[in-house]
Parts: sequence; structure tokens; C-alpha cells
Amino acid sequence: MSAPAVVVEDPPEDYLQEHTLKSWLLTTDHKRVGILYMISVTVFFFVGGAAATLMRLELMTPQGDVLATPDAYNRLFTMHGVIMIFFFLVPAIPSVLGNFLLPLMIGARDLAFPKINLLSWYVYMVGGVMGIWIMIFGGVDTGWTFYTPFSTMYSNTMVVTAAVAVFITGFSSILTGLNFIVTVHTMRAPGMTWFRLPLFVWSHYATSLIMVLGTPVLAISVILIALERLFGVGIFDPAIGGDPILFQHLFWFYSHPAVYIMVLPGFAVVSEIIPCFARRPIFGYKFIAFASVAIAVFGFLVWGHHMFVSGQSMYAGTIFSILSFLVAIPSAIKVFNWTATLYKGSLRFDTPMLYALGFIGLFTIGGLTGLMLASLAIDVHVHDTYFVVAHFHYIMVGGTVMAYLGGIHFWWPKISGRMYPEIWGKLSALLVFVGFNLTFFPQFLLGYLGMPRRYYEYRPEFQVLNVMSTAGASILAVGYVLPLFYLLLSLRKPANAGPNPWGATGLEWQVESPPSVHNFHEPVVVTCEPYMYSPEEAEREYAHDQRVHNA
Amino acid sequence: MWDFPLFPEQASSNAQKVDALMLFEVGILLFFTILICVLILVFSLRFRRGARVDRSHPPTHGKAMETVWIIVPLLISIVMFVWSTRLFFELYEAPPDAAEISVVGKQWMWYLQHPQGRAETNELHVPLGQAVKLNMTSQDVIHSFFIPAFRIKQDVLPGRYTSLWFRPTKVGVYDLFCAEYCGTNHSIMIGKVHVMEPADYEQWLSAKGVGPSQAEEGEQLFVQHHCAGCHRGSQTVNAPRLEGVYGKPVPIQKGKDVGFVTADDRYIRDSILMPKSEVVAGYEPLMPSYKDQISEPDLLKIIAYIKSIATRETSQ
Repeated sequence: MSAPAVVVEDPPEDYLQEHTLKSWLLTTDHKRVGILYMISVTVFFFVGGAAATLMRLELMTPQGDVLATPDAYNRLFTMHGVIMIFFFLVPAIPSVLGNFLLPLMIGARDLAFPKINLLSWYVYMVGGVMGIWIMIFGGVDTGWTFYTPFSTMYSNTMVVTAAVAVFITGFSSILTGLNFIVTVHTMRAPGMTWFRLPLFVWSHYATSLIMVLGTPVLAISVILIALERLFGVGIFDPAIGGDPILFQHLFWFYSHPAVYIMVLPGFAVVSEIIPCFARRPIFGYKFIAFASVAIAVFGFLVWGHHMFVSGQSMYAGTIFSILSFLVAIPSAIKVFNWTATLYKGSLRFDTPMLYALGFIGLFTIGGLTGLMLASLAIDVHVHDTYFVVAHFHYIMVGGTVMAYLGGIHFWWPKISGRMYPEIWGKLSALLVFVGFNLTFFPQFLLGYLGMPRRYYEYRPEFQVLNVMSTAGASILAVGYVLPLFYLLLSLRKPANAGPNPWGATGLEWQVESPPSVHNFHEPVVVTCEPYMYSPEEAEREYAHDQRVHNA
Repeated sequence: MWDFPLFPEQASSNAQKVDALMLFEVGILLFFTILICVLILVFSLRFRRGARVDRSHPPTHGKAMETVWIIVPLLISIVMFVWSTRLFFELYEAPPDAAEISVVGKQWMWYLQHPQGRAETNELHVPLGQAVKLNMTSQDVIHSFFIPAFRIKQDVLPGRYTSLWFRPTKVGVYDLFCAEYCGTNHSIMIGKVHVMEPADYEQWLSAKGVGPSQAEEGEQLFVQHHCAGCHRGSQTVNAPRLEGVYGKPVPIQKGKDVGFVTADDRYIRDSILMPKSEVVAGYEPLMPSYKDQISEPDLLKIIAYIKSIATRETSQ
């Protein structure tokens, strides 16, 4: 790159060096904000996971016997949904990995608005603390969908507080999205053209568009809920002239695109991991980039497929059905492209790669069952049953959480400077994959058999499948807890990862691990495309290493 | 307790059709999932690091291949779409001979009434082979009427009528669930559907003695609530007569213009509860609202009565 004109002889100081609490809480370093998010989403993930564990225990038997009352169960599944979606799945990859990596990947010093970035974390924490507070002092029993008129007129729980918490958290999402869009437009290093951007950046760009355009609609809907509850203004309640279906339209206008807020960043991670561990350029770069944007755009047009049996017009149902089929096509393109990227590669199977390959399998099943839900006549039968529960867990847990864990393992050496124990990593990937399938595959069968969702008690004939599901959940729980331990333990060792343990080609791997406060020591100029891997060279290096090892 | 079904019973004409489409889609799902898994496994073994294979010039894109994998999913999607949409439309076009049963959802029970008058709670008796159309509404929150063995479901909304029809094909007892989360006891809002031989059904209908039919009860309510005072007979107040009105377009005064609205269940319900919103052209908006005075099941009975006089001539 360019010759250093002014030599600054300060030793490179990594971003983790300062230890005071103040240095963390007042930081404007995108990497530190990423770490703040990492700690908080991890806490929320395990809180939401604990709720899921209790629910699975309750559902082991057809009678209600673990939790004292149906109300306790209803509050539990509401909080599981609210916490996992708004406080884990939506922020996880963009706010942790995106914050940390986006500036590094485009050769920038920081995000465009570092203080807004810190503000987004505080806003998120205010919403999150309110969420936990609600859980301790009473809870909400409406489900995360807050359907009216139950939520506005009949529920006697803390719906307004929950609406406010969700409203506040939404702003954190909007701030992050704005920051990413402006950063990608204005902070790219010289030579980093749009088609030299890593696919990670493309996906986050598409995600940010949804965050900025969709989240305000969520904010509007939850505020309308609060107004309706407090003042009975009659927007949703038919008894005073309102329309309960209106709420569903408003709610899903955000919440369906939100599914893509959760899963597009997952695509981002997988698109980085696979070429690195296959050691070859990704197949169909432009197709994957455009597919991300296409998914973001189409994502806004399909909200009505949540409402085929809601009483909306059947002609509306027809339009939403065909659009939902169309959104599957860019997703299919991605799956085929990732698979084709394995062809003629030099494949290594480290933990991130195992997570990424598992992701492809689970996302494929999740996506194809989505076609069944887009099929009107089948949706009529399986709507609001465990089939839907299984489907969206395949996408959101099988997809997003697998990708998140893969990404955490992939970039852990960069973030912390430490290598994690590979053998434990592989074990966790295996446990998560097996546990996940055992938990959620039986739920497809349960749903087709007719077990409705959100049931505290159920018919005895559904028990065998529920027991299988609960058994799977216990394996899954072990798979999730393991990385928490070995990743934290790895921090006790000195930084041993080196700048580029995987031999990857992104800009983030050109700087030391952990990166210095200012990311780059000299101006970055980009002169080549991303993913400049060579499988043949990788083979030569491998053969050489083997010889050295054997000698 | 350990009985372990993998496929729900098929007990309506709709069930077989939905299952056929479902099996087709499961086939597609298995094909692509297995294809992807096999490709991943084959590539993983063949191109694992250290394996001696040709790795020269890995393809970075392929127009032909990418076109294929856009076109193929598109075609498959279109097949699924057309097939499923046709089945879906059938579900909302009840045959003309369908018997109409009223359904009212309420936290946390189902109230059902047969046209012949007999009402029941959380139990629905229907004759084998006879098309049944459900006219449904809710008294409080949104519920969802779901009979897995018939592969049908429809949300039941407060303040609005939705409908659904089915033709049972197998004698037996089937679960009736509420599928839309409706509050504390959502999971025990369960009913039973009894599909009976037509003769048994006739016997069941009259087992409690032949009571007034739904329309007859509706007529009594019509008189009790003083609807009859204006809408028939003495004509001390200028109100439209209701004979022959049901199902016909009604002229509505909208400002200076006159628009037409079909006098269906919704219109009649709204005219009772919100009489000033759609006033028939040429009449004064004098009628008081009956909001909170007539229950949902009673509204359904009054509608059944007005429907029963649909073929009578108006005197005007």
C-alpha cells in the first residue's frame, strides 16, 4: 500500500487495553460498542432461553403441572418471544458483529456517527431493562404479537409498559440502521467500490434499509396500542368502531420484514465463512449481493401471508401468496450459490465452517416449509399450529442463531486475540445441530396433526412428539452453554491468535488481533476484489505444512 | 397414552385434497433438502483439504446455471400457487344446499346453533355427507375455529361475520380447537365435532323435543325488541319493510348520492347496532341503536329470521 509519510512510533495499542468502567461506558469506539452489545445480547439470549426451557418442561406432559397456572405459561411464552426477537435476534448479528466489523471491512476508522452508535446501545439497554422489569413485576400475557382486541381491552397485564419498551428498543434499531447506511455510503476506503464490498457489508446494507423503513411502523403500532388501552380511542376495538384486522396489518408490515432483519445478517456471516474455509472465491458474488437487496424489498410486500385466515379478503390472500412464493427465489439463489462455492475448493472443517454448513441445511428446510405456508390451502390447516412454530424456529434459530455462533467463532480470534479450543467448538456445533433438529422437527409433525400453538395443555396423543422435542431442547441447551464457557476461558490465555489465523482475505484480517483503537495505522487503499482465495495455493501450503510437520 | 399418530385423520372432502397437495410439497422439500445435503457431503469429501483432485479454475459464476436455479424454483412455485389457490377458493364458496350453523366464540367456549333451533356448547353435531356452512362471530376477542380432521380453520372476529364450510366424509368424533390465542384458558377452549349418520342426526335434533327453529326464535326476538312495531304491521313510523330484503341490494343515502349495499348478515348486524351509519334512501335516521342490548347469538337469530322472510313479497 502507500508508503508512510509521517512515521508515528507509538506502539499499537489494542482497543481492549483500557480497563476502567468509564472507558467502556463512554466509549465511541465501534469495536467496544460491539462488545457492549455482545455482553447484553448474551444475557438476553440466556434469559429467553431459560423461558424456553421452562416451556419445554411444561409441555413434556399434556397436563399443566410444571407451572402453576395457565397465566404463568402465557406470560412465559410472551416474554420468550419478546426477549428473543426484540432483544436478541434483531440486534444480535448487526449490533455485535456488524458494529465490530463493518468499519474494518470497508477500511474506515469508525462508523459515520460514533456517538449515535453508543446512544443506540443505551437506548437498547433502557428498553431491555424495562423488559426484564416487566417480567419480574407481573408480565404480559398477549404473546409477542399483541393482537387486538385482546391486548387492548381484555388483557389485564402490563401491555402498555411492554409497548413502551418495544417502542424504545425500536429506536436503537433505527439508529444502527442509519449509521450503517451512511457509513457504507461515505466511509469506504479509496478503491473499495460497491462491487468490491464483502457480501457481509451488502447484507448489512440491505438489513439497514429494512430497519430504517420498517421499524417506525412498529413504533406507530405499539403506540396506537398504548393509546387504545389508556384512552379507548377506538382504532382497533370493534365495540367502539375500530378494526382488529388493522392492527394485524400494521404489526406484520414491520414484523414480516423483521424476519429478514434477523436472517439477512445470518446470510452475511455465512457468505464470509464459506469462501474462507473452502479457500476459493464465492460463487456468483453479484447474484448474492443483489439477492440480499431483492429480499429486503420483497420482504415489505408479503406481510399479509400471516393473515390468510384472519378474515382479510381472499383476493388479498391470493396476492400475498404469490408474492411470498417470489421471495423464496432470491433465498434459493443464495443456498445454491453457497453450495456451489464448495465445488473445487480446498475445504477445511473448523467450527465456523461446521456452523455455516449446518446453517445451509436448516435454512433449506426452513425455507421450503415456508413454501407450504405460502400455499393458501395448506396454510389454512397449519396456520397457528406448531407447524408454524417449527418453521420460524428453523429460520430464526436454525438460521440466525447458527450463523451468529458461526460468526462468533470465526471472528473470536479477531475480537479477543485468542484462539478457542477447536475440539470443544466442533462439539458445540454438533450438539446444536443435533439438538436443534430433535427439538423442532417433531413440531412440524405436531402442527400437521393439529396441535395449536400457545397451548398450556394439550391432547394426550401429542405427547410422544412433545417429549422428543423437550429431549432435543436439553441437548440444544448444552450446545448453547458450552461456548459460553470455553470462549470465556480462552480469555485467560495471552493473545495468541495472530492477525489472521484462518488465512482469510478481508481487510479486517490485515490488522492485528485485537485491532488497535484506530483500526488501521496507515491509509487503506483497496486494489482487488473480495475473496481472492486460491484453492491450489491452499493445497500447496497444506502439503508444505505436512512435510514440515513430518520432518 | 403412547399412541403415536404421524398423520391426522381425513374426515372431510377438503382433507384429501389438502393432503394430496401437502404430499406433493413434502416431496419437493425432500428432493431439494436431500439434493443440497448430498451435494454438501459429496463436495466435502471430494474437495477436503489434502485430497488429490483437480482444483484449477474454480468457477466464480455461471449464467446458465444461475438461470436454471431461478427458473426451476419459479416454475415449482407457480404450480404450488395455482394448485393451492384453487383449493382455497373452494373453501369459501359453500354449495347452495349447505345447512347453515351459527357459531359464536366467547372466552372460553364455543356456542353453536342449528337452523332447526337446537343449540349446543362445545359440541357440534353434523350429518355425514351434508355440506355445512358456518356463520361465525365472536363476543369478545379473536378466536379461530379449527377442525384438524377437516383441514379447515377460520378466525372468528368480534364485530364481524366470517364463514367457512365443510362436507364431513367419515362418521366419528373429532377435535375442535381454538387456534388463535385468546387469553388465559385458550388451551382448554376445545370442542368436539360429532359426525353422525343422517338418520341419527335427525333423531338427535329432535331428542330434546322439537323446539322453535332459529328463525322462529328470531321472530320472537324481533317482536320482543319492538323491531316489529316499525318494520311491519301498523307503520306508525316510516321504516322499511324487511320481507324480501335479504341478499338484495339496498339503496343507501350517502350525502347527495345514492349508493347500493347488499343486505347481507353484516349489513343487518350493523343496521341493528349502528342504525345511523347506512340509512336506506328515503327514510329518516330515527332508529335507536341496540348496541349492548342484543347478544351475539340473538343477533344471529334475528338475522336468521330476516333471511327466512327473504322469499316473501314486500307489501310495498
